[in-house]
Amino acid sequence: MKSVFVGRVFGSALLLGLCLSSGAYAQGAGGGRFGFTEQGGEAIFKNVCQGCHMPDAKGAVGAGMYPALAKNPKLETAGYPVAVIVNGQKAMPAFGGMFSDQQVADVVNYTRTHFGNNYKDKVTPADVKAARP
Amino acid sequence: MTEQVLAPMNRRSLFRMIGMAAGSAAMYQAMTDLGYAGESGYSAPLKLEGDPKGASVLVLGAGLAGLTAALELRNAGYKVQVLEYQHKAGGRNISIRGGDTVNELGGFTQHCQFDPGFYVNPGPMRIPYHHIALLDYCKRLNVPLEPFSIINYNAMIHNSKAFGGKPKRYREVETDFRGYVSELLAKCTSQGKLDQAVTKEDAEVLLQALRAWGALNQNYEYKKSGQVSNHRGYDVDPGGGLSWQPTDSEPMAMAELLQSRLWTGLLTGHEYEYQMTMFQPVGGMDRISAGFVRALPPDMIKYNCKVTEIKQDANGVVVSYVDSQKGGAPQTATANWCVNTIPTTILSQVPMQIGAPLKNAINSLSYSAGFKAGVQMKRRWWEDDERIYGGITYTDQPVALISYPSTQFMQTQKGVVLGAYTFGPHAFELTSLSPEERMKVVVDCGAAIHPQYRTEFENGVSVGWHRMPFTLGCFAQWTEANREKNYNALCAIDGRMVLAGEHASHLGAWQEGAIVSALDAIKRLHQRAVAA
Repeated sequence: MKSVFVGRVFGSALLLGLCLSSGAYAQGAGGGRFGFTEQGGEAIFKNVCQGCHMPDAKGAVGAGMYPALAKNPKLETAGYPVAVIVNGQKAMPAFGGMFSDQQVADVVNYTRTHFGNNYKDKVTPADVKAARP
Repeated sequence: MTEQVLAPMNRRSLFRMIGMAAGSAAMYQAMTDLGYAGESGYSAPLKLEGDPKGASVLVLGAGLAGLTAALELRNAGYKVQVLEYQHKAGGRNISIRGGDTVNELGGFTQHCQFDPGFYVNPGPMRIPYHHIALLDYCKRLNVPLEPFSIINYNAMIHNSKAFGGKPKRYREVETDFRGYVSELLAKCTSQGKLDQAVTKEDAEVLLQALRAWGALNQNYEYKKSGQVSNHRGYDVDPGGGLSWQPTDSEPMAMAELLQSRLWTGLLTGHEYEYQMTMFQPVGGMDRISAGFVRALPPDMIKYNCKVTEIKQDANGVVVSYVDSQKGGAPQTATANWCVNTIPTTILSQVPMQIGAPLKNAINSLSYSAGFKAGVQMKRRWWEDDERIYGGITYTDQPVALISYPSTQFMQTQKGVVLGAYTFGPHAFELTSLSPEERMKVVVDCGAAIHPQYRTEFENGVSVGWHRMPFTLGCFAQWTEANREKNYNALCAIDGRMVLAGEHASHLGAWQEGAIVSALDAIKRLHQRAVAA
């Protein structure tokens, strides 16, 4: 419980940090950066992925659903989440243009070793690069 | 004439020829016949000629596309039934008021605490003057409109990394940028560097224009002066009697202005989609969907229906659905035809008997992130302290902008500002936070521009569109390449079904897109139905 709390505080603190020092400046309504500045799998998950896949990675169900990443056997093949993040799939947007190879590798490695997933093999930035279109 | 024969005849040159030959009345008639007079493909209320002979239509989704289809098909004599996932109509055409509950996916629940009379439009909030289908429906459905202030010269443009993080007034940035560009161009002109581009006579006119447009002095310099203050504002405004001597303001240094990139905040209001005059419905954007609902029979929309499967054959469609609140056994609804306005984020998860082209098109579309927050303040400090009446402040911070209310100036003690409206990475980030964490970011970002946020903040409500259970995103994210590949297939009739919504339009994210998409879809469907 404690780690979740710390993580969440860290998450918003990171975003608050951006509040004072964000990157490229663009016009308001379409505004903001075009890429994510978070570093490390946990920060990326908590600031981006959990918007849909939820803080406990269990997904959610509305008129449609967001799949759970927790205990998800589809994560067994590391290339699968890499490809989905980079290129998108159906409702899942393509994040390839908003993340570096390192960021994708980090968040895949984080997700594959948390939330009841325990896959030992690691993804490298080179793997991500190879998955890009 | 020879040139016109050689050049491929486009619609504009055709109209020009008709206009010359037959006068403007004939030209207008020709244009409306070809559906070209309307700025968004809309010219006049849809007339569906021909008898549908008792045919029935099932409309899926009661957003603006579904409501438009239901209204027009019913008027044309169809038996219409609408299935809606939520307990209310409107889709993204919504307003949040005090007492409303916002349920986001993941169990995040907010109870809006706004005082009576205040609201925030978490979806669309403004209507361009050229979205004439939507404006026409507002007129027909008795939805009163009022101006939405898009540009306010006294609002701010802010970059946390420029000018020590201090915001500048729009009028200061605008005047200074105009002034320096004019000065530079005047310099080029007088030095003869434009001789290739303009004649001597034109260069003289250009210099006159630049001097007037840029508020330059007689030496074509942009410098502190009464004339410049007349554009950018004064340090001390002109007043009366002996006490108020006007004091001119000092322009920003050009290099600092350029590097600050504050000029990016000048662009939006000049783009076609955001030019003045813009409108908003009096009392909240959802007045539009309420107007549609008023015009429909009370039992036409069935609420709380979560569509789970769509089957079709040569005679019609069978749609399975469950109660979106209680679940339970699937029920079915049948009809001869189906207008399907469900967002593709959801549709891509619904088993459907459709052809591969439509399936691929649906699967190709993900939705943009979008985030908005409404913030109630204890007093209207932006008006009382800063003389900002409506309009928008832009910032490089995650909230992207602050939009001040366009109404009730000086009439109420409190007020609600739009404290965040952002897309892209910042929207994903803000969506990923809990409502409480989001509001902290909103207040911190706001306070960097307006310190009053710290003391005057009362409560707030936010919407991260990817967490909205009925859309799973803000709007369809087309790329040019994907549009080329899949747009036609997405809009084409598949058997007995046609899709409609902003995603099936060239006006993505706009309500006008939802409406003209629906009108176009049912026109095509109707042609098939009467021919059947």
